[in-house]
Amino acid sequence: MKKNLTTVMFRGTKAQEEQLNAVIEELRDVPGALMPILQKAQEIYGYLPIEVQKMIALKLGISSEEVYGVSTFYSQFSLNPKGEIAIAVCLGTACYVKGSGDILDRICEVLGMKSGSTSPDGKYSIEATRCIGACGLAPVLTINNEVYGRLTKADVDGILAKYK
Amino acid sequence: METVKVIINGKEYAVPAGSTVLEAARAANIDIPTLCYLKDINEIGACRLCLVEVSEGGRPFRMVTACVYPVTEGMVVKTNTPKIMQSRKTNLELLLSNHDRKCLSCVRSTTCELQKLCLEYGVDELKFSGEKNKYAIDDASPIIRDNNKCILCRRCVATCKHIQAVGVIGANDRGFDTHIASVFEAPLSETSCINCGQCIVSCPVGALYERDDTDKILEAIADPSKKVYICTAPSVRAQIGECFGYEPGTDCEGKMVAALKALGFDGVFDMNLTADLTIVEEATEFLGRVKNGGVLPMITSCSPGWIKYCEHYYPEFTENLSTCKSPQQMFGALVKTYFAEKEGFDPKDVVFVSAIPCTAKKFEVGRPGQSAAGVPDVDIAVTTREVGRMITKAGIDFRSLDDEKFDDPFSIGSSAGAIFGATGGVMEAALRTAAEVIEGKPLEKLEFSEVRGVEGVKTASYKLGDITLNVAVASGTGNAKKVLDAVKAGELDVQFIEIMACPGGCVNGGGQPIQPAVVRATTDLRAVRAAVLYNDDEKADLRKSHENSAVKKLYDEYFGEPNSHKAHEILHTHYVKRGL
Repeated sequence: MKKNLTTVMFRGTKAQEEQLNAVIEELRDVPGALMPILQKAQEIYGYLPIEVQKMIALKLGISSEEVYGVSTFYSQFSLNPKGEIAIAVCLGTACYVKGSGDILDRICEVLGMKSGSTSPDGKYSIEATRCIGACGLAPVLTINNEVYGRLTKADVDGILAKYK
Repeated sequence: METVKVIINGKEYAVPAGSTVLEAARAANIDIPTLCYLKDINEIGACRLCLVEVSEGGRPFRMVTACVYPVTEGMVVKTNTPKIMQSRKTNLELLLSNHDRKCLSCVRSTTCELQKLCLEYGVDELKFSGEKNKYAIDDASPIIRDNNKCILCRRCVATCKHIQAVGVIGANDRGFDTHIASVFEAPLSETSCINCGQCIVSCPVGALYERDDTDKILEAIADPSKKVYICTAPSVRAQIGECFGYEPGTDCEGKMVAALKALGFDGVFDMNLTADLTIVEEATEFLGRVKNGGVLPMITSCSPGWIKYCEHYYPEFTENLSTCKSPQQMFGALVKTYFAEKEGFDPKDVVFVSAIPCTAKKFEVGRPGQSAAGVPDVDIAVTTREVGRMITKAGIDFRSLDDEKFDDPFSIGSSAGAIFGATGGVMEAALRTAAEVIEGKPLEKLEFSEVRGVEGVKTASYKLGDITLNVAVASGTGNAKKVLDAVKAGELDVQFIEIMACPGGCVNGGGQPIQPAVVRATTDLRAVRAAVLYNDDEKADLRKSHENSAVKKLYDEYFGEPNSHKAHEILHTHYVKRGL
């Protein structure tokens, strides 16, 4: 998957930066430190903003492209923050054969966004996920902690209307 | 040397233990095709074109990648079975399925390693017609990247990261979406790319090339209101022959001059002259810094790739850089001030072109502090490759040209200026001048052989008069990094450092004719190409920059003395602390 770059402004805090620096200091001499540092950074910030990837590169003395190459390779790393309204559409096998691809497309169309991105105001994020283990409800999507199952494309507009 | 016995295509060979199957086969004069392999730089077995069948310990044959698979005692290797041929062919077809097959006008047509293999394997172009990636071309900097032609071999990535210690390009995303780009998909112009062009000469296909400025030159020549002058860097004459089928290491100075005159330039000048001028200015600057407690070590400033590297990665060393403009910029400045005044023309009516082995010089022409006459010192910088293309396109039969000589008044260059093109050359030229200035008598021996050779880092110590001078020479910014880190750590105590951005110096510059990986695996281009310049030096009568009569005349008529106020205004510049 090609990852989308975020358009949401970076809102990192001093406290988060201190946490990140502590993680880097702790792990920097471990072989292959970049992966665990990125994982921790994602825990701290919720995603991997450009600014954070640059900080990591500078501190480790490696090129920022090297960090970016890793962060875009692994699907678990997110370059976008979760929106206030975080939409996740399951594209696991069961959901997919039941048409979750169409549902995802419709959501993107209604919100005018790409899958794997967050709206510039940080309100919505859309993510395609692997199987979430609710195959009995296929096709399924979650919005924040709500689960919506046995969907058709026609249900999408109504569900989104609840979250305006 | 410990050897092992291997059987390749039915014949037994003793090969060095620890070699790869590829090295063993090539030593036996059996070629195996490669595409991603670049000796010592990129040995990753990614493209799977070097597939061979091997059997070890009597076990059945299996396919391995020859470029990374080590030989073992008694190994049986088959390099050309139908199964291998078919596999290689399929791999080529898969590569082509996502490759922009615009071969007709591709800058690398006929020098493309992929094209050559497709010809050899009779690859029909549309075996797998599926989805194709479509990428925007990054053409904001002198280095142009066209990912539509990229085959993901990673030769550029390895060169940028491991040889140059720059690392601004890498593989982003994954699977079918994998592509070579910079961090956050930024154009190269917004990264700390130094424009050295080593990625270009590493690329097997047409995915990387320099911005072509030749049309601008031809238009200027056709404009009767413009005076169009060109000067050629020392290492262009040593390599341009490669564009016309000469072996690497053939000196083509006379033919090159003849070809440029045939193209219609109003004057063809020798950049060796401003190399000499650089030496006189730089040696004077250096001795001044030594005497007056200036910033040391002083570092040479001829290589614009190195300058940008310093500004990004070692901004704390920008005060150490000599303030001398590079020979290219000095030349343009001279033509638009001294020569314009002498001949009575307006510098605005001049188009000054420099022919250089370098892609970073295309960036340098636009730098601030490089316009002595109020207009840019140099208007257009073209690489050796572009010069070759202009000559070919104009229908000039290079090989049949009679030698011609550079034009006055910029025709005289010493061989100390000529060796600028090889790593250690600037240092040697500077030492020749500095030694005679300090000792006040002619040197008995002009060769400073300790600073010659292709090693990435060289150090030497010389006693000149009562001064002990410690020097270091580095080529390739990866090696520059080693030297600067050592200076920073207090492990290296030197007063003068020569740094060239490209490994081996300008002879191996990013704008030089591209030799395929198979040639680079067997020939040290750095040494072969540099030999042209050192041979010139050995034969030359004028071997010291400060004895160049044209340089002396410049000081007598115009600058007064080295490092004079006027010289500073016209021949010196300043730098920017860019950071990362």
